[in-house]
Amino acid sequence: MGPESLEARQKAAVEEVLKAYPAKAAKNRAKHLGVGGPEDESQKTCGNVRSNKKTVPGVMSQRGCAYAGSKGVVWGPVKDMIHISHGPIGCGQYSRAGRRNYYIGTTGVDTFVTMNFSSDFQEKDIVFGGDKKLAVCFKEIDELFPLNNGISVQSECPIGLIGDDINATSKQYTKQTGKTVIPVNCEGFRGVSQSLGHHIANDTVRDYVFEAKPQTLGEEIKETPYDVAIIGDYNIGGDAWSSRILLEEMGLRVVAQWSGDATLKEMAATTKVKLNLLHCYRSMNYISRHMEKEYGIPWIEYNFFGPSQTIKSLRKIAAFFDESIQKKCEEVIAKYQPLVDAVVNKYRPRLEGKQVMLFVGGLRPRHVIGAYEDLGMEVIGTGYEFAHDDDYKRTKDEIFRSTVIYDDVNEYELEAFVKKLQPDLVASGIKEKYVFQKMGLPYRQMHSWDYSGPYHGYDGFAIFAQDMDLAINSPVWAHTKAPWEKEGEA
Amino acid sequence: MQEIEKIVNGQKLFQRPEYKEVLNNKKEFEGGMGAIDPEKVKEVAEWTKSWDYREKNLAREAITVNPAKACQPLGAVMVALGFENTMPYVHGSHGCVAYFRSYFTKHFKEPTPCVSDSMTEDAAVFGGLANMKDGLKNCAALYKPEMIAVSTTCMAEVIGDDLNAFATAAKDEDGGEFLPAGFPIPYAHTPSFTGSHITGYDNMMHGILDQLSEKSEEKKERINIIPGFETYIGSIRSVKSIAEAFGASYLMLGDHSDQWDMPAGEYSMFAGGTPIADAKDAVNSTATISLQKYATVKTMKMVHKRWKHQGGFSNPIGLKGTDEFVMKLAELTGKEVPEKLKIERGRLVDAMQDSYPYMHGKKFAIWGDPDFLIGMISFLLEMGAEPTHVLCHNAPRGWEEEMRALLDTSPAHASCHVWAGKDLWHMRSLLFTEPVDFMIGNSYGKELMRDTGTPLIYIGFPIFDRHHLHRYSIAGYDGALNLLTWITNKVLDQLDEETKNIASTDYFFDLVR
Repeated sequence: MGPESLEARQKAAVEEVLKAYPAKAAKNRAKHLGVGGPEDESQKTCGNVRSNKKTVPGVMSQRGCAYAGSKGVVWGPVKDMIHISHGPIGCGQYSRAGRRNYYIGTTGVDTFVTMNFSSDFQEKDIVFGGDKKLAVCFKEIDELFPLNNGISVQSECPIGLIGDDINATSKQYTKQTGKTVIPVNCEGFRGVSQSLGHHIANDTVRDYVFEAKPQTLGEEIKETPYDVAIIGDYNIGGDAWSSRILLEEMGLRVVAQWSGDATLKEMAATTKVKLNLLHCYRSMNYISRHMEKEYGIPWIEYNFFGPSQTIKSLRKIAAFFDESIQKKCEEVIAKYQPLVDAVVNKYRPRLEGKQVMLFVGGLRPRHVIGAYEDLGMEVIGTGYEFAHDDDYKRTKDEIFRSTVIYDDVNEYELEAFVKKLQPDLVASGIKEKYVFQKMGLPYRQMHSWDYSGPYHGYDGFAIFAQDMDLAINSPVWAHTKAPWEKEGEA
Repeated sequence: MQEIEKIVNGQKLFQRPEYKEVLNNKKEFEGGMGAIDPEKVKEVAEWTKSWDYREKNLAREAITVNPAKACQPLGAVMVALGFENTMPYVHGSHGCVAYFRSYFTKHFKEPTPCVSDSMTEDAAVFGGLANMKDGLKNCAALYKPEMIAVSTTCMAEVIGDDLNAFATAAKDEDGGEFLPAGFPIPYAHTPSFTGSHITGYDNMMHGILDQLSEKSEEKKERINIIPGFETYIGSIRSVKSIAEAFGASYLMLGDHSDQWDMPAGEYSMFAGGTPIADAKDAVNSTATISLQKYATVKTMKMVHKRWKHQGGFSNPIGLKGTDEFVMKLAELTGKEVPEKLKIERGRLVDAMQDSYPYMHGKKFAIWGDPDFLIGMISFLLEMGAEPTHVLCHNAPRGWEEEMRALLDTSPAHASCHVWAGKDLWHMRSLLFTEPVDFMIGNSYGKELMRDTGTPLIYIGFPIFDRHHLHRYSIAGYDGALNLLTWITNKVLDQLDEETKNIASTDYFFDLVR
C-alpha cells in the first residue's frame, strides 16, 4: 500500500467510478456509493448511502425480482408444500434448486423443494387468461402428489398484467377441498428488487397461515415456556440445523424453523412461541413485527456467524429466559470454546490481515463481518443487493474501520472497486464469481457457500474458516502468471 | 462437534449422532402426512412407480412438473454473446437477466455479461420507453460494446412495447453522445410464452442477420455456418476445424466459443465472437449451413428465400451426421474430402468397432433439445443401441415425425417411444414402468437417477453439477469419439458397480475389457 490511507483510496475509487456514467446516471449512483466509518456520527446510514431505489437502467445489476424473493426465498424452501411458478416456463426453471435450501424428506412424495412446478403459460393463456388452467393445476397436483400439505401460487410478470384473479381461483379451491392454497402476487416487475417479494410473501403467511389457521395438519403442539422459532433461516447447506443444535443445547425448544426445512404446520405453530429468533432481518422482519403486534410475541435479531457474534447472540437470547437457560447458555459457550480456540489457532495465522470485499443479499454483508474479524481478516468493502436504510444503519455497528459501501453495486462498479482496492478475497454471488477468479483473485460464493457449509454456529465456523483458508491459500492462484512472464506483469 | 484435525462440512457433519438426534426431534413439529405416517409415504412412493400412476401422470393437461426447456430470451442472450463486443440487452425487469446470467454461469462456469433496463411498475403502466432511452445510453457508456442486441421479456411483450421505435427514439435523444448514428442495435421480440429457448435463439439470430445485412453487388465464394443453441463450445471448434480442413472460406455466425471459455489471467467482458463486419457481410456469401434445423427455422427461411443461399441444414453429430456435413462442404466447395478428415473418420470407426459390444442392445432414455436428440439418436443407432424413450419437451412441429422415421430404421423400433411435449416427471413414470439401462441427459436427470436407479450419462444442457464437459465437442468425428468414450465407459463403470461384491458377483469383475 502506498502512502495514502485506505480511506483516501476508497473515496478516490468512488469518485473515479462515477466518472464513467452519463450525467443522469452518475447523479443517481452517487447517492448509493459511499465510505462508512465506525466513528462517523454524521452518517445517516453506513456511508450515507441511499437504498431500496430503482436500479439504473442498462447496467448489470445483481438484483433479482419480487418473484425471486417470494419463490426463491420465503415460500420455495417450505418443503411439504408445492409451489407453482405461475406463468411462462422460464422463471421456474431458472430458479430451480439453485439455492441450497436443505431438507429431509422423500422428494416427489412428501417433500418438493428441489422440483419445479409450472403452469407453463402459452400464448392462448395470455390472451384468454390462465385462471381455469390454474384450477386444473390444483386438481392434478392433488391427484399426483396426495401427500402435499398445501399449494402456493407464485405469480410471474404476465399474471398481474393480464389481470388474472389467482386469489379467487385459490379461494374457490380451498372452499371446495379445505386445502391450504396461497396466492402470492409477487410479479417480477413489482418493486425494485427481490425485497418486495419478501414483504408480499410475508403478508401471505399472515393471511393464509396465521389467520386462515390450516385445519388439515393434525394435532396442535402442546406449549412449553421455552418454545422459540427460527425465522429467516433458509437452511443454506444446513445452516439452520447447525443453529438449531445450539438452541436445543441451551434448553430451548425450537418448534418451528422457516423457511428452510420448514413445514406448513411449523409455520402455523409459530404464533404460539415465546420468542421469535430472526436471522435474516431483511426478508422476515415484516412477519416478526406482525406476530409481535398481533400475538404479543417478542422477536430479536441474532447472528450465528463467527464465535464473537454467536456468543453475543446466545447470551442475548438466554436473557429472555430464566436462570436455568442462562446457565445452560454459558455451559454451551464453554463447551464450544476449545473448538473456537482450536479453529482460531489453526487458521488465524494463515488469514491474519487479509482484506475482503463483500457483496451479497440482505443480511450477510453485515452479518459475516464478525466471522472474518474472528479470523483476523478485515472487510474493506461491503454492500447489499436489496437492503433498505435500516440494514445500512445496522451495518454501521459491524464495521470497525473505513469501509467502502456500495448499494446495488453493478458489474462495472464492483470490478472497478476490486481493481482499485486490491482485496485478498472477494466474497459474493455466482454471477460475479468467475469475473474475479479470471483475475486470479481468491473468491467465495456467499449465497450458496460455494457448495460447502453450513457456516452458522460453532460447527459452521470451523467450516467457514477452513473454506476461507482454502480460498486464499490455494496454490492455484500462483499459476495465473506464466513462468515466462516478467515480474509485475499480469 | 467438529474435530479440529478433521473439519467436515454438512455432508458428514449431519450424519453425526448429535445431529441425527436434532433432525429426529424436529419431526415432532413437522406434522403432515410424512411425519405422521412413514408407512403412508412408502405406500405413495410405491404407487408413483406403477402403471396406474403413469396413466394419470400422462393424462396431465395443465401442470408442468420438472420441465426440460427454458424460455425465449435465454436463447437470444446466447446469440448476442456470439458476436464480437456485443452486449445482450434485455428489455424488461432485471430479475430475468439475473436468472439468465446465473443459469449460463452455472453451466459454463464462466461470466455471462448481459444487461436489462430494469422495468418496474411504472413501466408496466406507461411502457418501457424511458427505461430504454436511459438504458441503452448507460450500457454504451459503461461497457463500451460495439453492438447492443435487444430482446424482450414476457412483461415487455404483454404490454406491447415496440423495440424498433424505442431504439430509434433512444438514439435520437442521445444525439450521438454515446450512441452514434451507425451504432447497431438489432432487436428481436422474444415472448417467453411462445416456444422455448431455441425459438429465442432463432428470433435473435434472425434479428441480427436481417437488420445488419448490407448487400453488395458481388457474391463471395464463402459459406456461412450457424451453430444453433450450441452449449458444447468444443463442438463449434470441431466444426471450424472441419471447414478449415477443406480450406473453405467460411463465417461462423454467432460464435460464442471464446466468450464462454476465457483464459485465466485478465478479465475483459467480451471475448471472441463473429466480427460485426462479418455479420453485415454474411448476406454476400453464397451458402449458409445451419447445424440446428429446429433452432433456426425462421432464420433459415430468410436465408433461403431472401438471401437465396445454397446450403441448408446439417447436423454433424455422430458418424452419419458428420459424414453428411463433410459431404455438404465437399459439394459446396467443389473439393475432395481432405485426407485429414478421412483419417479422423477411420479412427472413429475403428473406435466404434472396439466398443460396440458395450452399447449394442442397451436400452437408453434420452431427453434434450430437438436437434441434439436427432443427432444423438442417429449415433446411438449407429452403435446398435436401443433408444427406448426419446423425450423432447420443446419439440417443434415436424420433429416427432422426423424422430419416429429415424427410430423406424432400427430393428428395435417397436419398443422405441417418442415423447414430444412431455416433461421429466412424465419421464420418471416411463422409467419405472418401462425401464432402460442408461439415461442420457442434463443435470435434471440427477433426481431421476436417484429415484429410479438408472445410471445417468451427462450429455446435454444445462449441466450444473459436473465440471468441464461443455468444454469438449460432441460434433464432428472427434465429437463422436467423445460421445463414444463417455457412454462406453459409463457402461463399464456400471458393469464394475454391479460386479464388485466380493465373493459373490466379482467373478465378472474383469481387469481387461
